[in-house]
Amino acid sequence: MSRGPALRAWLAAWARHLRAGDLLVLGLAVGVCIASALGLWQGGRPDKAVIRAGGKVFLEVDLSVPRTVEVPGPLGTTRIEIQPGRARVAADPGPRQYCVRQGWLATAGAVAICAPNQVSLALAGRNADYDSLSY
Amino acid sequence: MTPSATEIELRPTADDHRVARHAAAAIVLTVAEAAIPLPLPGVKPGLANIVTLVVLARWGWREAAWVALLRVLVGSLVLGQFLAPGFFLSLAGGLASLVALGVAAHLPRRAFGPVSHSVLAAFAHFAGQLVVARIWLVPHDGVFYLVPIFALAATVFGLANGLVAARLMEDRGG
Repeated sequence: MSRGPALRAWLAAWARHLRAGDLLVLGLAVGVCIASALGLWQGGRPDKAVIRAGGKVFLEVDLSVPRTVEVPGPLGTTRIEIQPGRARVAADPGPRQYCVRQGWLATAGAVAICAPNQVSLALAGRNADYDSLSY
Repeated sequence: MTPSATEIELRPTADDHRVARHAAAAIVLTVAEAAIPLPLPGVKPGLANIVTLVVLARWGWREAAWVALLRVLVGSLVLGQFLAPGFFLSLAGGLASLVALGVAAHLPRRAFGPVSHSVLAAFAHFAGQLVVARIWLVPHDGVFYLVPIFALAATVFGLANGLVAARLMEDRGG
């Protein structure tokens, strides 16, 4: 690499003009870039799951700790699995299993509805990209 | 020739000539930059601000404001953008960055050089544009979705322009 020293000298010539405060300002600028990207581009990330049974809210759970929720319905028990950032209907007594086959929900606004057992699982976020999502 | 009573005589001072020269250089950069294709409206290097930075460091804020505002005005006339939305965006950005430069010029010179001025002005520029865009052109919070891109552009181009301005002043013994 014969170009190495020349490149380093070229970079050093530019870097000489950076003063301590300039580095501080640049650090802040990069911080604003990262913070704004995280804050504005992750609106679709859900932070809680709303479980309804028979049309009423059965439970609202935070999507930060893994857990399993058993929801009773007219046909039996629907089992809902919560993991950090996502949730799914793991088992349902309904005949067609649509809500189970939807798999993991990971977007704010996503809904899985187990109509026969009158249970629904919806993900909510601070600022959801959608009012509702189903597949 | 004896000046008649109705004739108004304008005597440009040395200061006026200097402002005009710097403004001309900034206008040339604005026009040249308009030829560069850019993926997103509003994201551009802002090379003319190099001139503003040098004028700020050498001659102070008042002259920098003259140069920047003349550049916005004449640049838009040359490019056929005068009084079009783009002109008001430039004007808002220009005014916001002049305010930022006015504040930044008071930071201690030992620690904060042209790069600081440039980055701060670039952020103020896009913030000013965004406020006008949000209130007037795109009255929807969706414009803020682009903030990270503008912030990144302001960081990168602010750094580049600041470094170029610093080197220009060094080469000419400023």
